[in-house]
Order: sequence, then C-alpha cells, then structure tokens
Amino acid sequence: MQQFQNITAYQQALRSKSITCVEAVNYYIQQIATKKHLNAFINTYEAAALKQAAELDALPENQWKPLHGVVIAIKDVLNYKGFPVTAASRMLENYTSIYNATSVQRLLDNGAIIIGSCNCDEFAMGSSNENSAFGNVLNAADESRVPGGSSGGSAVAVQAGLCMASLGSDTGGSVRQPADFCGIVGYKPTYGRISRYGLIAYASSFDNVGIFANNVEDISVILNCIAGEDPHDGTSIRETYNGEITATDQKFRFAYLKPTIDLPGLNPEIKTALESYFKKLEDLGHSVTAIEFDLLDFIVPTYYVLTTAEASSNLSRYDGVRYGYNSGGSLALDDFYKQNRSNGFGKEVKRRIMLGSFVLSAGYYDAYFNKAQQIRRLIANKTKNIFDNYDALLMPVSPHTAFRFGEKSGDAVSMYLADIYTVYANLAGIPAISIPKFTHSNGMPFGFQVHTKSQADNQLLNIANYLTNVN
Amino acid sequence: MDFDIVIGLEVHIQLSTDTKLFCGDSAAFGGSPNSHISPVTLALPGTLPVLNKKAVEYAVKLGLSLGCEINKHSFFDRKHYFYPDLPKGYQTSQSSNPVCLGGGIKVNVEGEEKYLAIHHIHLEEDAGKSIHDADPKYTCIDLNRAGVPLMELVTEPVLSSSAEAFAFLTELRKLVRWIEVCDGNMEEGSLRCDANVSIKPKGAVQLGTKVEVKNLNSIRNVRRAIDAEVERQVKLVTSGGAVVQETRGYDADKNITLGQREKELANDYRYLPCPDLPPFEITKEELVRVKATIPKLPQFLYDNYVNEYQLPAQDAQVLTEEKSISDFFNTVAGKNNNYKAVANWILGPVKSLLNEKSVGIEELALSPEKLSDIIDLVASGAVNFSTASGKLLPAILGNDKDVKALASELGLVQVNSESDIEVWVDEVLAKMQDKVAEYKKGKKGLIGLFVGEVKKISKGKADPKKTTDILQQKLQ
Repeated sequence: MQQFQNITAYQQALRSKSITCVEAVNYYIQQIATKKHLNAFINTYEAAALKQAAELDALPENQWKPLHGVVIAIKDVLNYKGFPVTAASRMLENYTSIYNATSVQRLLDNGAIIIGSCNCDEFAMGSSNENSAFGNVLNAADESRVPGGSSGGSAVAVQAGLCMASLGSDTGGSVRQPADFCGIVGYKPTYGRISRYGLIAYASSFDNVGIFANNVEDISVILNCIAGEDPHDGTSIRETYNGEITATDQKFRFAYLKPTIDLPGLNPEIKTALESYFKKLEDLGHSVTAIEFDLLDFIVPTYYVLTTAEASSNLSRYDGVRYGYNSGGSLALDDFYKQNRSNGFGKEVKRRIMLGSFVLSAGYYDAYFNKAQQIRRLIANKTKNIFDNYDALLMPVSPHTAFRFGEKSGDAVSMYLADIYTVYANLAGIPAISIPKFTHSNGMPFGFQVHTKSQADNQLLNIANYLTNVN
Repeated sequence: MDFDIVIGLEVHIQLSTDTKLFCGDSAAFGGSPNSHISPVTLALPGTLPVLNKKAVEYAVKLGLSLGCEINKHSFFDRKHYFYPDLPKGYQTSQSSNPVCLGGGIKVNVEGEEKYLAIHHIHLEEDAGKSIHDADPKYTCIDLNRAGVPLMELVTEPVLSSSAEAFAFLTELRKLVRWIEVCDGNMEEGSLRCDANVSIKPKGAVQLGTKVEVKNLNSIRNVRRAIDAEVERQVKLVTSGGAVVQETRGYDADKNITLGQREKELANDYRYLPCPDLPPFEITKEELVRVKATIPKLPQFLYDNYVNEYQLPAQDAQVLTEEKSISDFFNTVAGKNNNYKAVANWILGPVKSLLNEKSVGIEELALSPEKLSDIIDLVASGAVNFSTASGKLLPAILGNDKDVKALASELGLVQVNSESDIEVWVDEVLAKMQDKVAEYKKGKKGLIGLFVGEVKKISKGKADPKKTTDILQQKLQ
C-alpha cells in the first residue's frame, strides 16, 4: 500500500476497490512493528482494529460514514471503552476504561478505526515527551531528538506513517509544538469546540482535544465528525459544527505580535524565515502588521500558575482507593495516600501538583492565583480587540526546533519558558494551528502558527489551508 | 455570674431531586451499597460534572420561601481534602458566591415572636459513606450518597436558646416539606444540623469562643445537645477555665458532648472556582417561573385562618403543620363555610382516623365533598356528632353513596319526633324503677344514665337533647 495524499484520496481508493480497510489496517500494523523503536504507542489494538476494518469492508457504500476506514491513533489520555488508558503514568498502569470519551465515540460512530493509544508526557505535562512512565518517544526526523510534547507519540505516529491521523490534547501547545517538531499539521480548536468528556484532565479551563494530520483538509474532515455540543460537558460550545475547506482569493489582514518576533531567545533562522515569509505574503497583496503587545512577559507565569492550580485539584482523585496505583500494605490513611501518590506519580507531575497546591493555599491565593486570573482576563480582552481589526494572528510555534534528549530536561524553568508562543491560545481560548513550512539548517522542520478569533475554527482552517500552498 | 448564650446553626438539607447534583445517578436514599454509581460518581479519569437544573430550581425555591436574596450569578468552588468517601478529592460546593443570601424564619418561643436571620444558603454535593463496623478489618465505602444534592443553610449567630434552635428547625423542616424540596427526614439524614455554641458574660459585646457540636440526628437532640454544651461551658468558665475552639460530638445516651478525637489541623481547603462548571445565571424569567411553583406558605395560611376564617390560634397552628392537612382543609372550607366545624372535624375525627390507620390524608379515601356533606348533616340535626364521627365517617371512606342515603341505610338518622322518643323513654323508666325512685329523692345526676339507656335501646337514633327534655318532664 502507498501512503495516500489525504482521507479523500484514500476513500476513493476504497471505492474503486484498489484497497480494503483490512489491507490498510494490516499495512499500519506492519509499519508500527517496523518502527516500534520510536515508542510512539503505549498500546496497539490490532485485533479490534482488524475486526472493525472487516465490518467496515462489509458495509455497502451508501452506509459509509465520513471517516470510513480512516485509521486513527489516540493519545493515551482519551478513554476508549474496554481498553487501557494510562496517561503515561504508573498511577494508571493497570487501569482499563469502562466508557468512551465523546471524541472517541464520535470517531467510532463515523467509521474511523482506532489502531492504538499513543505515548505522551505523564498526564500531558511536558514539552518533550521525556516525562512518560513508558519511556521517550523518538523523533522520526532525527532519532536523537525529542518529538516535542506532551502529545509526542501522536505526532510521531502521523510523522512516521503509523496511522493517517491522530488525536492529541493541547493544554498549552501539546499538539502544536510536537507537530512543529515533527513537520506535520497540529490543530487546537476553540476551547469547548470538541468535548472534553473522557479526556483525562490536566487543567480543565485550558484542555482541548486536538488533531494531528498531514494536511489541513484531513483535520477539517475529522473536526466535522467530532466537534459540537456534548451534554456530558458543561463547557462545550452549545452548537453543532460543520466546516468546509474552499479555495479562496481573499486578501487577508494578518498581524503578528512584535515582541514575539523580537524575543531574544528566538532562534535567528526561525526569525529570518518568518520575516521573509511575512514579506512574501505582503507581496501577494495581504497586509501583515506588527502590533504592540505588552503582556508577553506575563504569559508563561500566568499559564503555569493557573494550570498547576487546576492540575493540583484535578489530580486529587488519584488516591489509590477506587482504582489506580496502590502500594499495598496496611497503612494509616495519611501514609496510604502519601505512598500511593509519591510512588504512582512521576517527578514532573508531582512538581506541578506542589506548585498548584502552593498557589491555592491560604495566604498566597490572592498574590498568585487571583492575580493570574486577572491577567488571563486582560489577555483575553486584548486578544478580542486584536481580532476586531485583523483576520488572523501569525506566530512562531517554538523558539527553537526539536532539541536533543536530555538537553533541557534538567532545567524545568527554561523548558516552561519555551512554551511562550503556544500557551497564548490556551490562555485566550482561541483556536490555533501550526503548519510546517521550513527546514532548519540542523535538518529539523519548523513552521508557524495561525490564530483566529474565538469560534472561527472554519475560518482558521481555511486560512491555514491557503497558507499551506504559499511557499 | 450570668451568661448570654449565642448559637448559630448549620443545617444540611438534602434535596429530593430524582438524580444527583452533577450526573444522572439516582439520588434515592438506600439502595444496595454502590448501586447508584456511574463513572462520574466514581470520579473515573476523564469524567465531567453537568449541573442538575432541578437542584438549582429547588435551591431558588427554598431561598424565595425564606425571603432570601437570590444571587443572579453564581458558581461552584472545589473544596479540597482527602478522604476515602470523597471520590474526587474535593467536594464541589459554593464558597464565595452562594445561591441565596439573607432571609430568615419567624419563630414563636414561649409566646414571643422572634425573627432568626439566615446568613446564606449554598448548594453542594454530599460525600459517600464510610462504614467502619461492617467488617472487622476494613472500612467499607458506599458511594450511593456521593454527589447527592445538598443545600447548606447557615444562620447568623443570633439564636439565644436551645428552644429557639428547636423552633427554628421545626419551622424549617415544616417549610422544606411544604414546598417539597426535601423530605425532612432526620433519621435518614435528609436534614442534618450542626450547632455553633458559645457563651459570653451577660450584655458583653465580644462573642465567646465557639464550639461546633456535631452528629445531631433529631430536632430534640439538637435542643438537648445545646443545653448540655452550654452547661459544660458555663461550668468550665465559672470554675476559671477557658473554652477552646473545637468540634465536639453529642452522645445522646449520656447526654453530654465529647471532644472529637480526630486531629484538629488548621484546614486549608484550597478553594478553586470549579473550571468544569460554567458560572450559572438565574434569570428574571426563571425567578418568576420558580416563584409560581411555590404553594401558599404556612405563615400566610395561618394568618388567613385566624383573620378570615376566625379560627382559634391553636386550630390554625395545627392545621398549618402539614401541607396535606392544610390542603384538605382548604378544599373542604371552599365548599362549606362552617369553618369552625370543618376545623373541628379535621382536627378531631379525621385525624384520629389517620392515627388509627397510620396513613396520610391522601391515602384515606375521604373525599372533601363527603366530609362537607357529613358536616351539613350534623348541622341539620339529622345525625348527631358522635354517631357521625364514630359510624358514618368510617362508612363513607371509599364509598360513593350519598351521605344522607348512607346514614338512613345504616339507621343513623336521629329520630326527633316526641312520640317516638316517648315510647323509648317510657320503656326505660319502666325498666329502671328503683333508679327513678332515687332520682326523685334528689339524685339528679342519674338523668345521664337514663339518657344513655334511651340512646342504647334506640340504637343512637334518639336525639339526646329531646330525650333529656322528655325525661325531665316525665320525672317531675
């Protein structure tokens, strides 16, 4: 089997019977086996996927759904009934899900085949996939380098051709940054566009289910199937979603935040590439405006105060009482909790729980949590104003390309600071997408992000699709 | 040394919604352990809460009934602590923005009216149950109750006696039952009360150190526990000691409060606005809609009974203790303007029947029309009160027959004609000649015996008043 250009091309091949779903699944099983060393998957579901494929092959064409036969991998923070879900943590090492996440349910309802669960940073906390209890994921473009995080496995699964598309989760860039490090497309929807029900929570008011694919059209097709109101998620947007990618000759009003390009830590090659790309857009008749933005310095601290606060709360349920890691033995209650949580969670997760507990504690709440909430509101308001005058906001994805294993893992703060470009969309709740565009002199891919105003996901995907073709 | 007593109450009111506060699990009491538990109740990874609109409606209903101000914008907070019966590791509650603010209850204690002010009422979820005595080695956890909706009502520290606490809770229980937001069953834990008790030298402004008394499972025990705690504090202070801030349990058998053994760490609950539940808005339209579901409240009806129907205060009080009784009274009073008689009938014979059968009025199969007809029949003199209440009333239950026809059929209609009664009187006097002689010698009290005898042989049909008149004539 050859790789198909996109879902549409694959389904044409299915229609012409030049391939079957079973053949496609077998192909990917084969690919996964060949590239097992990349460690992109925690669990693969060969038997279930082949069974699904056979059932789909037996369906008459008029009963095909939009994702008929599409082979998809899911980040191991999404519940898939009857299968393990670990969040890449010892805490859930032996845990099996008893219900489907809404996004997973909708994939299945639309004919998708789930091939396996992807490795990631533990509880989606990390930017390099070095925080997994199941080991590092290797970047297929250079196996000495990280794939990015936290959805590193989902990114590599698409990058290395181990599936057609994948779901990840994006709380502060966990889809867009690994997509950028791996040279594929990574999309984070407007907050609430895709239900969070069944997504293991990191920071509830920031978490999104996101999509990885080789192109923007595929993301649009998948989004149409999994987006929309969900009665199980009170924060889901109360409307159905139906977008479409169409050709455009519109002249767009682009903007970029001046300090994002002037940031001292931004790799000079990335800066130069973006600046000349902006020039090219102007040459094509679009406007590209540099705008002032005085809140950039606050973005990373605000993000980490608020997400760790929510994480410390969300992860309270992992106590070893009803499920999850239980160190056993006969212990006093306090010791039982301490032992389970000390041994069940990894270092980065514990660091964030402690930080979050601190910022919520009496005496510090106002100075940290409350202040951060105020700044988040300022950022959201400022962002809203930007989109009164501009169609889309362009931004780097990361100050650098994929780095080598161990290069940054000793320094949590510098790792956090590198999230500066991606956490912005989560603080503001707006949709964003990273698209690959360039190759660095070190051989690694990189691209840039596009943002639009809240809820304009279809506009975002159309602009991104257009930009994909502007080289 | 004299002391002022200062009491504040915290009352947990379990809402009688069908489902839990944040998911569709049954909120019913009981059920085999861990049978009302979905992934949400179990706090499985990835689950999310969805607010039960009915619970908010009930909260607003209670708030409006207590004269509270309803917060238009409200949200939930997470209150963090670890305990095995708290699945999420936090309780979803309201801290900074409760649904209801202010309000209060008017009580009458020893003839004195007092308005007891409420600080606020908020919505929260209940925890599960830890059962320590089911297994020798393990504590068992039942999560059926986890997530059941509660309202926590917190009074201002304005109660000054255990009697006021008793009256407050009695009125509150009546009200929550009246508006049907809670079954008020303290034994099943639908209504739970903690009391904050402190004392201070009489007239002092500064409040004393408060002690929280917990585990009060009946209104009577609330009163007793407060008395016991006040006694303890007074003894302590007058003997030179000082009250320490603590939580104490109440041992009803020994009638004393006991310090809880658990460590009193300064709790830091690390409140966090719940990011999974969007702030909710209570619109003007919703307020109007909920207001329309509130029935006429007991206080309003009491005033109405006393002022419009001219009923004695005692009757009005008893009639407004239970909504079903008051509803029944209202229906009968709507057909029969002999209000005092209607009250007498309901508070007398009807209530006796209810007690005898241990049923509620809605289960008695007594139609308000029939009762009204019986009252008319008695008023007309056709059947006397005791016959009507003792025989006709039980016979009409579940019976479609015309009341008058049934009375005749059962031979209960009084005989008023003098000639008929005379026949019975003569028979009795002939039979009891020795008693007649005694009567004539001055033992006038024997008249009752003769009347009773006439009643007996007439099978109750002889009008007692006429019988007495005839007897008195004949015995002169």
